[in-house]
Order: sequence, then structure tokens, then C-alpha cells
Amino acid sequence: MRALLLGPWLRAARGLPRAPGSGHRHRGHGGHRPQGPLRQKVSVEVLDHLEHLALVDFRDAEGVERLQKAIQFADQLHEVNTNGVEPMDSVLEDRCLYLREDDVTEGNCTKELLENAREKVEEYFVAPPGNIPLPKLEERETFLQGSQ
Amino acid sequence: AAPAQQHVCPAAPPERGRLAPWVPVVGLEIHAQISSNSKLFSGSQVQFAAPPNSLVSFFDASLPGTLPVLNRRCVEAAVMTGLALNCSINKKSLFDRKHYFYADLPAGYQITQQRVPIAVNGSLSYSLCIDNKMSQMVTKTVRIKQIQLEQDSGKSLHDDTRSQTLVDLNRAGVGLMEVVMEPDMCCGEEAAAAVRELQLILQTLGSSQAVMAEGQLRVDANVSVHHPGEPYGVRTEVKNINSMRFLAKAIDYEIQRQIEELENGGTILNETRAFDSKLGCTVPMRDKEGQQDYRFMPEPNLPPLILYDAKSLPANMNHQQVINIDWIHERLPDLPSVKRKKLVEQYGILPEHSFTLLNEDGLAEFFESVVKQTQMKPKKVIGWILKDLLSYLKQHSLTVKESPVSSFLLADLLNLLEKKEISSTAAKQVLAELWKGEGKTPLEIVKEQKLELLQDQKELEQICQAVMAIKAGNPKVLNKLIGLVQKKTQGRSNPVLVKQLLEKKLSG
Repeated sequence: MRALLLGPWLRAARGLPRAPGSGHRHRGHGGHRPQGPLRQKVSVEVLDHLEHLALVDFRDAEGVERLQKAIQFADQLHEVNTNGVEPMDSVLEDRCLYLREDDVTEGNCTKELLENAREKVEEYFVAPPGNIPLPKLEERETFLQGSQ
Repeated sequence: AAPAQQHVCPAAPPERGRLAPWVPVVGLEIHAQISSNSKLFSGSQVQFAAPPNSLVSFFDASLPGTLPVLNRRCVEAAVMTGLALNCSINKKSLFDRKHYFYADLPAGYQITQQRVPIAVNGSLSYSLCIDNKMSQMVTKTVRIKQIQLEQDSGKSLHDDTRSQTLVDLNRAGVGLMEVVMEPDMCCGEEAAAAVRELQLILQTLGSSQAVMAEGQLRVDANVSVHHPGEPYGVRTEVKNINSMRFLAKAIDYEIQRQIEELENGGTILNETRAFDSKLGCTVPMRDKEGQQDYRFMPEPNLPPLILYDAKSLPANMNHQQVINIDWIHERLPDLPSVKRKKLVEQYGILPEHSFTLLNEDGLAEFFESVVKQTQMKPKKVIGWILKDLLSYLKQHSLTVKESPVSSFLLADLLNLLEKKEISSTAAKQVLAELWKGEGKTPLEIVKEQKLELLQDQKELEQICQAVMAIKAGNPKVLNKLIGLVQKKTQGRSNPVLVKQLLEKKLSG
């Protein structure tokens, strides 16, 4: 992984007080505020929640450690003073959004699409009766069990 | 101006003995399918009831390597709707991803507008009848929080016998306008009236056909109750209400359920419920337990949507790539509220009448067509339209377009009545015959059934004399005598003339 050179940005920001929550536009479940240079461990509850939401499997201590490192890396962003700066979510923000004419140009490829289906019934895809939720932490065989 | 009468919500009457009154709070989220040829982000066709998975492109099936391309028509539909609902149109709006897992959402996320939607801060005015009488109407307003563009999901058919779900992606990716209403309503009746008015507006604009039976208009209701002066209670979401009939029922049931639960010392769970029309109650929905975390993120494949107006119109851009809000505003058709006002002003009919005219597809046009072709005053014509024509159509479940009696035939009939060639009773008889749709004209039917009014004085004198011979001359039985004469002449005698003759006879 290439090291991101934040040096120049940090030098410019030094001396300015770090505004509480500046640039911290975290949405969704639980915003974990960084506790300065001390690394905060990601709790088992959060890891379990992530596994439910994204169906990822952290698998082992190395996987969890990798996540911790990724969070720590991203936390460097908090060193930058973003007061009065509009958040950017894409470098394409000044590009023109192309508008398509309302014509029918696609579809009619049922056979091709159904080739991808493991199971099909009369041109319908077959799925289980509903979402099969990940079993609760206690009931799963996962590395997270037994972690504090 | 505040209406003189207050609309009292039937679900929660203020007096309930020693218990404090309950204030129900109802907010709506309405999904309207955009009326367009192709989908929001792909070129697949939009059509109801097509062979399963035949209207699905690679993008709709979420195959890797595909990208969304925004449909211009869908943006125009949303702008029209926003303008009609008095919204501010955001000249820059953004697209986001809303993540959740379900078999009919192949991408695992829906592209929507969560941060900055296309339109915000509007209002919708609707009317309610007080006391079910249609004679007193009160106008209410509900605030529109926002309108956003988003994708529809596919359809799941649950096969419980084989414990599986069949998925059809024809609907996946169809453009939707989500209209979010603030919780300004208090009961099912208000909600139904607001939705009905929105439906009429959408149909007038053409931005959505809004046919609930085909799933083109879906309503989710957020319901809670609280005591006056206290904070709002926990709300439940009642989803997938697919008919106007069940909308008011579902909401009122849920209000009652919550009141009963709380009065029995229970609590309300912040959950999602579905309305079971067979049982007439709301039930918790599977798969929606617990708080959902949608992990919203900006849609990385779509730059911001920029709209222009006359002032900001760029000089050197391809027309096809530019959407001008002012241009769309100038071309908006008359909204239902404006149409009703014009009908009342132009024809002198009552406001309640204008509501009924607009409520029935094609009825207002039928009415105006008849008025054009007859000398009868519109105030009289409206009675024939609303009482005779409409009741017949309802009885036989026909639409105005399917009416066997055309506006031409009805106007013809009303002309005969207006010229006093037939009586009102006879006219109703002719109308009953016209319903058979055998192609006869009113005049032909009148001649066939000998329904012409007897205007001959001598002939009527003779008949009156004969009738009076039966009853002794007595002023009190004058009306009875007129009735008898009518009976004798099979409704063909001119009642005014008969009364004059009888009075003359009785006095002299």
C-alpha cells in the first residue's frame, strides 16, 4: 500500500485548533470518535454488527487487525482542518451528468440472464423464502466469539 | 382562512370518560411510478404484466461492469410534480446508495436521493366532506417534505408450499418519485383524501398514471398517538397499502390498536407492519425486525444532477442535455383545484359537484360536452349527470368512456325536456330505454312509447271532467286530482296546465 503524503497538509494545519467534529460527517450506526493518537479498539459489538450488515467474515485476529489499521489510516483525515470546506464525494463533481432520451433500447434477454441462475422456475429466479439472517454471535462459529 | 367547522377525527374522539384524549399523528411516504417508456437508469421497457424477466437489461440484473445512465423524461416528471406541489426545485441534487439485502434487489443497494433530493418544501391542499354529507367541505393542507427520484425493486412471489421465492426483475430499476409528506394528518380519512388529490394531480400532469391496482401508486403510513401537550409517541410504519379502500381502514385500525395497547399499559414497538385486508388488521412484517442500517453513501457513478432556469441557461450546451425548470413551469396543465374553480365559475355549479365531476375519469368532459349541445342551463344539466348518468354507470361498473349513452344523445333528450315536449318523468323513461344502447334516438323512443306531453286544452278538459266526476269537488284533493289525471294520461299531461284547469273547474 502506497503511503499517503499528508505532511504538507499537516504542516499547514498545525497551529490551528482542531475543531471538534470538523469534517466528521459520519452517518449511520455509531460514530466512533477517535481518541487522539491513542488507538481505540473496535468493539466486538461493532464487528458483529458489520458482519450482519455486510456479510463479511473477519475470520481471524489478522483480519480484525487489518480493519483496525484501515481505520487508523483513515483517521489521519481528522488532522486536517476542514472548517468551511464543502465535502467532496467524487472528483467527477464538475462533470456533466449525461441525460439519456426515453427510448427502449435494452431488455429481451431472458435466456441469457437466466443462464446465471443456479435455480430457476419458468423464467423466474428462485430465492430462499426470505432473508436468512446471520445467526446471533453466540450461535455462530466465528472468531469473534470469545473476544472481549 | 380557517374553516368554520372543525374536522373531528373519528378515530380518537375527545371525550372518553376520565381518560385523557389521544392525538393521532399520520405521515405518508408515497411511491409513484413514473410514466415513461424506459427505466430510470437503463433502456429496458417499462410495462405492466410482461413475461417474467423479459424487460431486464444487464444493468437491471446488476451484472458487473454495468453503469447507470439517467433518463431525461424521469427528471422532467419529477420537476413537473415538484412544481405542481409548490416545491422548491433543487438546481443541484445528488444520488446516493441505500444498502440492504433482499432477493428482488440484485445490486444489494437502491439508488435514491437521500442527501439532496430534487424537490423540497412543498404543500398539497385537499378537501374533506364533513358528516359524510358532501354538502359541507373543508380544505386542509399537508406539507410536502421532499420529492426524490429512486429505483423500484423487482417483484417477489412467495411460494410457501415449496418454501421459496420467485423473483421477477421486470420492475427492478423502474423510475419512482417518492413523495414524503409531513405528519400533518390525523386519521385515515384525511390520508385517503390527500392521496386521492395527489393521484389526480399526477394523472393530470401525466408524470404518473398512479393506478393503485397496478402498483403504480404505493403508500406507506407512519402512525403514532400521543396526549395533547406531550411529545410524539413511538411510531409504526404500515407498509404496502395497495388500494384506496384499505388506506383509511389500515390507518384507523393502527390508530385504534395503538390507543388500546397504551391504555392497557402496553408499549408500542418501533416496527414495520403490513395491513391484512382479509383480517382487517395490521400485523408485524417478517424480515423487518430491528433498526435497519442502510449505510448510505454517495453514488460514485453519477455526478450531481444540475437543472437550469431561464436565467441560468447555459449558452453553448446541447438542448437535449439541458432541463429548464421555467420552460416546464410554463407548460404545466391546469391542476384539479384550478379546473374545479373554473367549472364552478363558468357553469354556476356547486363546489361539491366539481369534486364529483373530477373524481370520475372523463365525467367533466362529458358534462361540458352536454352543456355545449343543449339549451338547458348547466345548473339543471348537472343533476342529470350526477344523479341519473353517474348512478347508472356505477350500478353497472362502467366508466364514462364505456357509457352506452353518449353526450350527444343525452343532450338531445334534455333538449326535448327543455322545450317542454316531454315531462321530467317521461325523460327518465326515455333515458332508461337509451341505456339499452339499441341505437334509437330520444325522439324515436318518445314516439314509440307515446310519451309526448299533451298540450291540447280541449282534450285535457275532457279528461279532467271525467276524473272530477269520480271525486267530489274539494280544494284539498287538488293535488290528488292532478295525480289522478297524470295517471290517466300516463304521465303525458302538462302538470301546470292540468292544475290551472282543475282550479278553474273547482272555483267555478
